[in-house]
Amino acid sequence: MSPKKDAAYKRFKIALAGNPNVGKSTVFNALTGLKQHTGNWPGKTVNNAFGSFYIKNALYDIADLPGSYSLYADSPEEELARDNILFGGNDIVLIVADATCLERNLSFALQVLETRQKTVVCVNLLDEAEKKGIEIDLRKLEALLGVTVVGVSARGGRGIRELRETLYSVALGESLEHDAELSRAAVAYDDSIEAAAKLMYGVLEPLAETKNICPRWLALRSLDRDAGLTGSLSDFFGHNIFDISDVKAALARLREVLPDGEAEDERRERIITALFEHASEIYQSAVRLKARGYGLRDRKADAVLTGKRYGVPVMLGLLFAVLWITLAGSNYPSELLSRLFLFIEEKLIGLLRGAGASDFFINVTVGGIYGITTRVVAVMLPPMAIFFPLFTFLEDLGYLPRVAFNLDNFFRRAGTQGKQALTMCMGFGCNACGITGTRIIESKRERITAVLTNNFIPCNGRFPTLITVSALLFNINSRFLSGAASAAVVFGLVLIAVAATFLVSKLLGRTLLKGMKSSFTLELPPYRRPEVSKIIIRSLLDRTLFVLGRAVKTSLPAGLIIALLANIKIDGVCILKYMTDFLEPAGRLFGVDGVVFSAFILGFPANEIVVPIMIMCYIAGSSLSGIGGAVGSLFSLNGWTPLTALCVLILTVFHFPCGTACLTIKKETGSVKWTLVAMALPTAIGLLLCFIIAGIWRIFI
Amino acid sequence: MKEKRLTEIAEGRRCVLLRISSEGAEKRHMLELGLTRKTAIEVLQRSPSGDPTAYFFRGAVIAIRRENAEKIFVEPEVIE
Repeated sequence: MSPKKDAAYKRFKIALAGNPNVGKSTVFNALTGLKQHTGNWPGKTVNNAFGSFYIKNALYDIADLPGSYSLYADSPEEELARDNILFGGNDIVLIVADATCLERNLSFALQVLETRQKTVVCVNLLDEAEKKGIEIDLRKLEALLGVTVVGVSARGGRGIRELRETLYSVALGESLEHDAELSRAAVAYDDSIEAAAKLMYGVLEPLAETKNICPRWLALRSLDRDAGLTGSLSDFFGHNIFDISDVKAALARLREVLPDGEAEDERRERIITALFEHASEIYQSAVRLKARGYGLRDRKADAVLTGKRYGVPVMLGLLFAVLWITLAGSNYPSELLSRLFLFIEEKLIGLLRGAGASDFFINVTVGGIYGITTRVVAVMLPPMAIFFPLFTFLEDLGYLPRVAFNLDNFFRRAGTQGKQALTMCMGFGCNACGITGTRIIESKRERITAVLTNNFIPCNGRFPTLITVSALLFNINSRFLSGAASAAVVFGLVLIAVAATFLVSKLLGRTLLKGMKSSFTLELPPYRRPEVSKIIIRSLLDRTLFVLGRAVKTSLPAGLIIALLANIKIDGVCILKYMTDFLEPAGRLFGVDGVVFSAFILGFPANEIVVPIMIMCYIAGSSLSGIGGAVGSLFSLNGWTPLTALCVLILTVFHFPCGTACLTIKKETGSVKWTLVAMALPTAIGLLLCFIIAGIWRIFI
Repeated sequence: MKEKRLTEIAEGRRCVLLRISSEGAEKRHMLELGLTRKTAIEVLQRSPSGDPTAYFFRGAVIAIRRENAEKIFVEPEVIE
């Protein structure tokens, strides 16, 4: 049978690996046609993403692994990637490298090549490299690495066809003279390491063969092994191979060939040094820099965006601008949407009345389910449709790691690290995403700190509440000015939230989360020009509709429950009223009322429904029905003062995370205790602040 | 040969790595970034808040904190 015919029954497994932020997800998307989210900062992919695609008649299952700097894994992310590369039973490891900083990428490639698996190297971002005057001789690189090298610009789709053809032929073993065992690039270590590896090779070879692992690789790892890899090897072999008596004896004999008294640390240093030197040699002979002043434009940009004079003002200015554009821009469309939904609501009610439906039925379905859901859509859709593209633009540009760079010193003083800034930025979109994103943080202590404090950053689900309520603080008629004033209030709240993040992080480090500090390093990736059309499509389709869909899914049942609470009456009073009355005294103590407390509690499934619930409660409490856009007058009719508005704003920022976020915290920390802490902390802070503000207010006003 | 700490090198200057005095996980982390002996390092700039500092080496820009960088010993480039 010819291999081609055989292929009708073939299914192959590919691991997509490489340094962080080299465009693995873009290559993944180009190959599979899926829309895995991408962004210009290291650590975007925190989970394995899986996809499949056909090439001719073969089916390829591909895993998009989190980026890693080396197979000596440091973070849970890197361990995940390492274990998949080593023990995932892949047919091909597809290494993606960034053409604009190839040298670093090559050391990772060499480590993978050392495992002797079928490997294809995909040099991505060739277009960017050309712009920067970096000339890569792909054929020479191929010859030096001894595996097939394909150059692509995955974003524009350039080279993807060739990549597919290569994957096809390599998987079928049809090619390639390059991939012949002998011509593979192998790092040559110094004599004593080679002698030690040879010694270990003798005892490890039979073991390695049983599991189809490269014996030389295993021998080398027995020299610089670390606890993490030993653990994974033990899982893979079913027992700790370094405890086998032969292996132990051989390890003991290493003293004969290695320098006297050399610590494992020093040995590892020699091995890594050889690896990087080899990578550097390959780089120097395959890459030529045409332009002088390498990365000059990036440097000029960084001098401003991360410089002493402008770094912080630009950062604050951008934050304010994003908030203002979002808030000011969403006012009008939100109003239009509300009116549209209200118009439909009236028609629906008329229709149902005509059909003889009972008031109870109409109140529950139209007033409850329809009312809450459409209010959620009306208040959420416009800010998200503006915020997400803006955020995606900054993300694709590569600005987010600069924020982390600018802020790291504050995080350091709080006992954590700058990458927390990245997860905070994600929190603006959705806290659950921010919490998952904390996986980029290596140290467990710092990770938990980032998880526990992520909820301080107001997410998009809370923006509508902030917008609606902050407008009530002032009485400004001009839309332009009121937009600016709201933005200023929200901006101030965000600064308070960030300050709280630092303080609470510091407090946690002193109390619940004592422990070692980890060494923080952060890559500042090259700036990339964002593609505006893709940003709009992607942020709208992937993010906006995703988050909106989730909000609608929770508000449908929540609307039903709340409408039932508002319409089932005991002794002529609805259940909701019992609840709000019960909470009224407590609410008063904290500057709000029972309705506000009830709304936050009933809004646990999703923050977006808090304001709609308040509206429902006030409407249910009065004989009014169908109050439209004039939320402000409804609230002031129900006794809201600027104090109420201020305290609602504080509580919106500081209260327990929503249901989705809580589930995510439980999943990420694996602990009920931390989930409860994450719920209690912001709630306590919010109540305390409101208590103080309400107290001061009563004394002075 | 003048041995200096990486933190003593001024912004915009270049140097070559001699040794790293840290140990264990910290040293390993630095090595994995490619901070091996003889690596050429250029000091780009300090963060607006003073720390960390961005360095250019092996084709990439990496920010390293003072507490880690002061354990990296380098030889400053000779300026003629």
